[in-house]
Amino acid sequence: MGKVLMKGNEAIAEAAIRAGCMNYFAYPITPQSEVAEYLSQRLPEAGGVFLQGESEVAVSYMIFGAAASGERVFTTSSSPGISLMSEGISYITAAQCPAVFVNIMRGGPGLGGILPSQADYMQSVKGGGHGDYKLLVMAPASVQEAVEMMMAAFSLAEKYRNPVMLLGDGLIGQMMEPVEFPEHLKVKPSNKDDWATNGMDTRKRKERNLVKTLYLDPEELNSHNLMLKAKYEQMEKEDVRHEAYNIDGDYHVLVVSYGTMSRVCRTAIDNLKEQGFEVGMIRPQTLFPFPKTAIYDAAGKQSCRAVLCVEMSMGQMVEDVERSVSGQRQVHWYGKCGGEVPTPEEVMEEVRKLVKSSIG
Amino acid sequence: MGKTFQKPEALADTVTHYCPGCTHGVAHRLVAEVIDELGIRGRTVGVAPVGCAVLMYNYFTFDFQEAAHGRAPAMATGIKRVRPDLVVFTYQGDGDLASIGMSEIVHAANRGEKFTVIFINNAVYGMTGGQMAPTTMPDQRTTTSPFGRKIKDTGMPIKMSELLAALQTPAYITRQTLLNPKYINRAKKAIKKAFTYQLENTCFSFVELVSTCPTNWGMTPLDAIHWAEEKMLPYFSLGVFKTPEEAEGATNS
Repeated sequence: MGKVLMKGNEAIAEAAIRAGCMNYFAYPITPQSEVAEYLSQRLPEAGGVFLQGESEVAVSYMIFGAAASGERVFTTSSSPGISLMSEGISYITAAQCPAVFVNIMRGGPGLGGILPSQADYMQSVKGGGHGDYKLLVMAPASVQEAVEMMMAAFSLAEKYRNPVMLLGDGLIGQMMEPVEFPEHLKVKPSNKDDWATNGMDTRKRKERNLVKTLYLDPEELNSHNLMLKAKYEQMEKEDVRHEAYNIDGDYHVLVVSYGTMSRVCRTAIDNLKEQGFEVGMIRPQTLFPFPKTAIYDAAGKQSCRAVLCVEMSMGQMVEDVERSVSGQRQVHWYGKCGGEVPTPEEVMEEVRKLVKSSIG
Repeated sequence: MGKTFQKPEALADTVTHYCPGCTHGVAHRLVAEVIDELGIRGRTVGVAPVGCAVLMYNYFTFDFQEAAHGRAPAMATGIKRVRPDLVVFTYQGDGDLASIGMSEIVHAANRGEKFTVIFINNAVYGMTGGQMAPTTMPDQRTTTSPFGRKIKDTGMPIKMSELLAALQTPAYITRQTLLNPKYINRAKKAIKKAFTYQLENTCFSFVELVSTCPTNWGMTPLDAIHWAEEKMLPYFSLGVFKTPEEAEGATNS
């Protein structure tokens, strides 16, 4: 199949079907309602399940019930909706069920706005609901990457028996770009017979399966949490992803940026090069696990004087970048969080100021 | 002569955690008997609530999911939509279903989800220690209505069966009780009918069971039965509030 021009939200919806997920539950919210609109037609046509739930809270438990029964399932929402789903996400993670949640972020807090934002970084990577849990969070920077990550998300969710979140800003959902759906990313569902409540007769199981999150015995709960922790550590070892840009030669400033914002930074870096300023960039593709080592190494380069974290939030990623840089360089922040994407010129101005102040 | 009384296969052989005189055990057994009689143990998935019955899966021998407070109907929707061949039921108390889960139960019923709900109404929150429920009777004392439930401040007890029967979507809605053997036999018939409607893919089915909570009511099991007969049954009247056949007739006329 060749390239087709698609809106991000529709491409994400189609990618899920191409990955072999035929079940979708959702509640409408701007700026991602196109996913539900697209699937309300496409899924019944393809023999799948489409259901519009009564609330995001209910949807998160429809996802839980379906995932616990061993079926591939996903939902999409935007910031305030993800807040409501966070209750269910905590349970799904505790119960170790694979599912995919897509958050096409809008501005917050509260109703905020409906324009692009990256203000759910903390909620996504630090756990928006209660308890010790983490999601594997993937952050696409283009519609094509959203498709590839969406398709990979289902096998990652099944590998870890843990929800995976695709975290895109509003632009990823709303813009149109040419995309291709890679055939190789369609994977067969894993064997879930040892834990899923898929009916004892379905696979002639002798023992019944139980999906639960209550552990009243403190030792048992502690062991359960240690087991979950081990999974998150495995994610950090095996599934951290990043892209490096312009870091082979010398550079004075290292930019860390993700999603749509990183594309603006890339343009800024190219323009600055023409003006004689060398800037490198690490773009986290997974926000948890975070590319700590790549950032540590890139910030530690002798020519590098400062690190600039550029994001459409009030600096939510800064502490992860600081943690990664480990005190080698000072970490600065630049961003906007009202729905406007900073321009390449604005990013360039910040970098030039930083070069002046750190080199003198 | 063979055995005339034995434990249903769907029921596990274990020690109960329920209080003496509690009617959960009776309700569990009725569900297990019906599942045995219909021969559906191997394709049944139960959804446990939050409340005293959160551990109910310990007493059954088939697949189970444990829901969050009030969300069991949403989970059951998820299961049933992706696996319509499975038999799915939720088992929920009055705090779970009529308070925090009001939205989930109303919408599941209104969508006509093809699963069965067993609703235990004992007019009080059990597991959290006897607080006021949406079904607590006027002037009934609980740990959060120590002077008795005041209607002026907290409204009247919610009649869930009547509320759900008012929806226009076809459904089987009935209120039964477990207060004596005659009622228990009727309750079992209703539970069997509810599962049968599900097996025939006919409609949403809902069986409310007026039950007792001697511990949180501060009564002996016998006094609790008398109290429920005197105070609850006149208000929570027993009967069938809706059948899919009636709804069909109503549409045709």
